[in-house]
This record gives sequence, structure tokens and C-alpha cells, in this order.
Amino acid sequence: MKNTIRQYILSNLLFTDDESALQDSESFLDGGIIDSTGVMEIILFIEDTFGIKVNDDEMLPVNLDSVDNLVAFITRKQLIAA
Amino acid sequence: MCGITGIAALSMQTKISEHDVCSMLPALRHRGPDDSGVYLDPYQRIGLGHTRLSIIDLAGGAQPMHNEDKTVWVTFNGEIFNYIELRKTLLKEGHCFHSHSDTEVIVHAYEQYGDDFVQHLNGQFAIALWDGNRQRLLLVRDRVGILPLFYTRQGERLLFASEIKALLPQLSEAPRISPAALDQTFTFWAPRSPNTLFENIFQLSPGHMLVVEKGQLRESTYWDWCFPEQSDYHQGSDSELAEQLYDLLADATSIRLRADVPVGAYLSGGLDSSALVALIRRHSDAPLKTFSIGFEDQSLDESVFQKQMIDHLGVENSRILCQNSDIAENFPATIFHAETAILRTAPTPMRQLSGLVRASGYKVVLTGEGADEALGGYDLFKEAKIRQFWARQPQSEWRPLLLKKLYPYLETSGAQAKAYLRNYYSIGLDNPNQFGFSHLTRWFTTAQCKVFFSQELNAALRDDAVTRLSEQLPTAFGNWHSFNRAQYLEAKTLMGDYLLCSQGDRMLMANSVEGRFPFLDHRVIEFANRLNPRLKMRVLNEKYLFKQAMKNQLPRQILERHKQPYRAPDIPAFFSTNPPAYVDDLLSEEKLKRYGYFDAQKVGFLLKKARRGSSIAYKDNMALVGVLSTQLCHYFFIEQFSQTIREAGTTYPSI
Repeated sequence: MKNTIRQYILSNLLFTDDESALQDSESFLDGGIIDSTGVMEIILFIEDTFGIKVNDDEMLPVNLDSVDNLVAFITRKQLIAA
Repeated sequence: MCGITGIAALSMQTKISEHDVCSMLPALRHRGPDDSGVYLDPYQRIGLGHTRLSIIDLAGGAQPMHNEDKTVWVTFNGEIFNYIELRKTLLKEGHCFHSHSDTEVIVHAYEQYGDDFVQHLNGQFAIALWDGNRQRLLLVRDRVGILPLFYTRQGERLLFASEIKALLPQLSEAPRISPAALDQTFTFWAPRSPNTLFENIFQLSPGHMLVVEKGQLRESTYWDWCFPEQSDYHQGSDSELAEQLYDLLADATSIRLRADVPVGAYLSGGLDSSALVALIRRHSDAPLKTFSIGFEDQSLDESVFQKQMIDHLGVENSRILCQNSDIAENFPATIFHAETAILRTAPTPMRQLSGLVRASGYKVVLTGEGADEALGGYDLFKEAKIRQFWARQPQSEWRPLLLKKLYPYLETSGAQAKAYLRNYYSIGLDNPNQFGFSHLTRWFTTAQCKVFFSQELNAALRDDAVTRLSEQLPTAFGNWHSFNRAQYLEAKTLMGDYLLCSQGDRMLMANSVEGRFPFLDHRVIEFANRLNPRLKMRVLNEKYLFKQAMKNQLPRQILERHKQPYRAPDIPAFFSTNPPAYVDDLLSEEKLKRYGYFDAQKVGFLLKKARRGSSIAYKDNMALVGVLSTQLCHYFFIEQFSQTIREAGTTYPSI
């Protein structure tokens, strides 16, 4: 899962295949990786890829703003769904 | 409106040839299809060229034009709207006129007032004036930058023209794209004047005069946006000031209806163009034809509001319906005319619209451009005001939530909005008095597109565009109210360098149509600049005094409408169906690497994403349009340099 997310962020938001360009704990907002509309792209991606639904009250940086946060959030959602 | 061009000798040995001046004219034929002329002075120190679009004094207005004893010559693009009043004054002073054109007024005003003549002109202009007695050339551009004027030095000659493409035949080799100009474009949306996209080719800045004398160039500012020190605002009640504003706007509009050909108007359905059409209706009996754009994409379409105004005022209307594929097809010609890289496709429909104007038999349109800058309408001004308010209490939970009122798409949930608003809009919050505070979020977002710059381009960049801008501000800037500072930055970056050129003059003149802008009458700007900022934006009610001034003329729905910025589809225009061949060609790895401005791998990822239809972010849209337009500029003006010169004025580019 982490690798899928990393590949997505690298090629779609950082436009590179250079693995060193992204730290797993790096904030997308602080690094200027996404703008105010970019978060919608991330939500569409994880909903399509991991079969989860992101609720309005879950659209928070703590869930969505780094690779590590995304992995933890998606894992938790999948557990609850299962 | 017209095209002007010329060459001046910068050393005593240099002689100007008529042939060289004539070589610059074909590229300006679209600006002046009705006539052309050249003047060469007896000592071959100067050559002036002109292509004419006849609007005032159709029979007698040929140019270049001279004074009584043929010692002062002028080639002029534009309109002097107060020429009737100015002519009367000059006749009283004993000047003799041999035509009824506004051009002749310039010659005699120069004789009467010297270099200060420009202070007496109310209008839009690019002027080249030759004083044979004193052997000096004056180049002058209007106060806000409605009409363009470019120049470059080639050895001991100064070349100038209304468009860059007219300079090309006299260059010994193709121009080069300037890294600094790309940096500015990918920050402010356009190169900052006097820069252009090309190295060593400059534009005269709005409100500037360039004097060429004894081989020396001397530039000065004769007018600038200027705001009072806080507390020195207009006195008077709201209703008195609203009345004064109305009278000024009415006069600014009526002198812009002066023409010997019928005049039309653009109608977007927003407040400004609706107010303008209402003003025209009230102050003119001539039947009025209006022109509008509708979009296939419903989220961008304003047809409902256009219809409302058409019915309300009983005006005739013609419209184009802009499809995504129209933009993709017309984009190369847009860039050929704009002669610069742009980050939005929005100019393209504007060229289609001027095409409709021309096809309907009109040469002149009035537009509502400039009201947002002068009278305080932009969302950006609101955003800055909210961020200022928030900066006073950075820990506040609810202050940033005011931004949701501004950007409805942020209205998802309290938690989400709060968290992202805090992060995204808090830029610069620790120092709300810094010079560009109002524009930081826009400049920061736009500059994210620089991630696509190639290593070579990055290596060639010397200093940062925002820092450079901060060094070029007027000394009084820091004393102005923060709202006025935001207005100044907007007028001097986006409006002067982008809206009035790439989206304005160039898209109008591509179809030989002249635009006129009553809200940019300098008397309106000077009056508005002295208004207390709270009258421009009362709390978060934009253009407050303007609405007060117009409230009896407009339906309530138009007055109370939430402002919708004019936009056209960007990425979807190219990728909602198969893109035209030039897109794949210019964005191919081979062309990207050969031209050298962008990182081919990164653009490749962006392209894949665009093809999948998953590019939503502003950043992606701006980046793709910016990369594609830069590639087109390189293609037209560098790779196809010789061909572009050869075919100038005979064909529009197709690739």
C-alpha cells in the first residue's frame, strides 16, 4: 500500500520517479506539494484505489497530509470496513 | 486603432533606409488593414511607419502626420478622446489644423506644451513623435498600458513597433527567450514591463516616456497609480461621492462613444459590463449592439445573466458559444498574437469574440475592463482583507473561516475547511505588513509551476521575481493603506502586463477591433484612488460605492450577484477529446529537450495525468498551459524565425 501511495504522489504530484524526492513523513501542505484543490485529487485517488469512502469530517491533514498519515488512515478504514 | 513602427539612428554615421522601415509594416497589417504610410526625414535620421484602421476622420486622418511647417511628425496608435476640447484650446492659441483627426492634436499639443503635452491627453495611445528641429524622438505609452509599444537596440539603431513581430525582420538573428521573463511569467502570469518574453526586446512601461536624443535614451515616468497618505481621502457623504463617481463614469463613457463608425460593447453579464451597457444606453441614442461569450462548460457559462441584461436594457446581442475544441484549435494563433507565454487559455475566446465583432461590421467596442482594479472588486482584495484581519489574532479559530464565504468550494465541512484553510492561507501571516502580503497566496501557488523548469533554466535564473518587484516600488508605497497597496500591485502586474495585453489589445487587434475602457479613464482612476478604502470594500461588500452609484440603473440580481471571474477551460480544452497534433508534437520528449526550458520527464508525468482526466489542481492547469505556450513561442519566434518573417501579414500561423 505504501508503495502504491508513494508512486501516486511521486508521479502525479511531484511529477518524478526519483524516490528520494519524497519522505514518508513529509507534509504535502508545508512542502507546497498540493495547492487548495490538490487535496481533492488525493481523496479521489484513495477512494478509487483502496475502496474506501472518506467522510467530510475525516478530511483532515492528520489523515491525508503525508504518506505515513495516509497509510495509517487507510489501514484503519479498511479494518473498520472488514 | 493602428499599428506603428519606426527606426531611429543612434549615431551620426547611421542612415535609416525607407526599405527597412517598410519591411516592418506587413507584420502589423492586422492592426491597420485600411491604409499604410511611411515618413523618412531628409537626413535619414528617422523613419516612421504606420498601418491604419480608420475610425475618426476617415478621409483626412492618414499618417504619419505633420505640423504646419513639417518639422514635427507623428505616428500614432490609439485614440485621444478629448481631442475636440483640446483642438478648440489649440486653435485659440493660434495653431492651424489641416484635418479633423485626433492625431493632429498630438502634433500641435507638443508644439504648445513640449514634453508635457501628454498630460493634456485623455485617451489610450502609443505615440512616436519626431521633432526635426531638435532632432529628437519621443516614444510615449498611455497611462495604464492599454496600447503596446516595443523597442530594441540593434547596433546604432533603435527599432520600435506596436508588436514584437514587426521588429523581427530587422533583427540579424532570432531572439532568445529570457529565463528571468519565464520566472516572472510563472509567478505573476506575465513578464514585468519593461521586460518581454525575449532578451533585449523591451516594452515601454505604462505611463512612461522615452526620449531619444543625440544617441542617448532617457526614460521618465509621467504618470503612475498614486494613492493618498492615509487620512487624506475625499471628504463627503457616501451619496455625494457616489454621485460624483457616476458623473465621471458617464462622461468617461460618452467621450468614448466618439467615432465616425458604429460602436458596440462587450457584455459578460457581470456587474461591470452591465453597468457600462446601462451607461451607454442612458447617454447615447444610437442603437447599441452587444457581444457575449457563452461556454459549453456550464460551470463557466454566464448566459443567464447576459440574457437578463439584454432584456432589461433592450439591446441587440450576438454571441459565440465556445467549445473546448475551439480553444485547442485556436490556441497557437492566440500565442502568435500574444507573443508571450501565458498560464490560462482565457485570451483565446476573447479573440473569437473580437472576430464576431468584426464579422458583424463593427470596428470599436467598449468593455468593462479596469473596474475591479480601480474600484475594488477582486476576490483577491477580499482574501487579503480577511488574512489581514486574521493576522491580528493568528490563533483565532473562526477568523480564517471567513475565507469560506469567498471560495464556496471550501465549503465541505467545518473540520476540513478549518484545517486546510489554516495551512494554505496562513502564508505570511506573521508579517502582514510585508509588501506583497495581499498577493502571496497567488504568487506562491503560481510559482509551484516552476517545478517543471529544466535544470538549465533553473541554473540560468539569477534572482527571484518577487524580490525584484519589491525593489521597484514607488517610495510612498509603504505609507499607503494595505487595500491600496493590493490595488497597486494588481494594476501593475496582472492588469498592465497581462489583462490589457495578452487578453486585451492583442486579442482585439488580431481581428482589427479597437477596445475602449471607460473605467480606465485616468480621471476615474485618480478619483477612485482618493476614496477611503472602506468605500471600495465595505466590510466584504466589493465595489461598494460603485454599486451605490449604479443602483438605479441595474436590476437587483445583477447588483447582488456573487462575482464570477472570467475563465475558460484549460486542460479540458486540450484533453477532453484527442488533442490536436501540435500538442503532442510540442510536448514530446524530443521537442522539450531540444528547446530546453522544461524537464521532459516531469512534463511527461503531467501529460499522462492530463490525458487520464485527473488533473484538477490549478497548478496543473496553469503549468500545462504555461509549458505549451512557451513551446509555441519558441516554435514561432525562434525555430520558425525566418518563415515567420517571410509570411508576416499574409497568413495566420497554422501548425
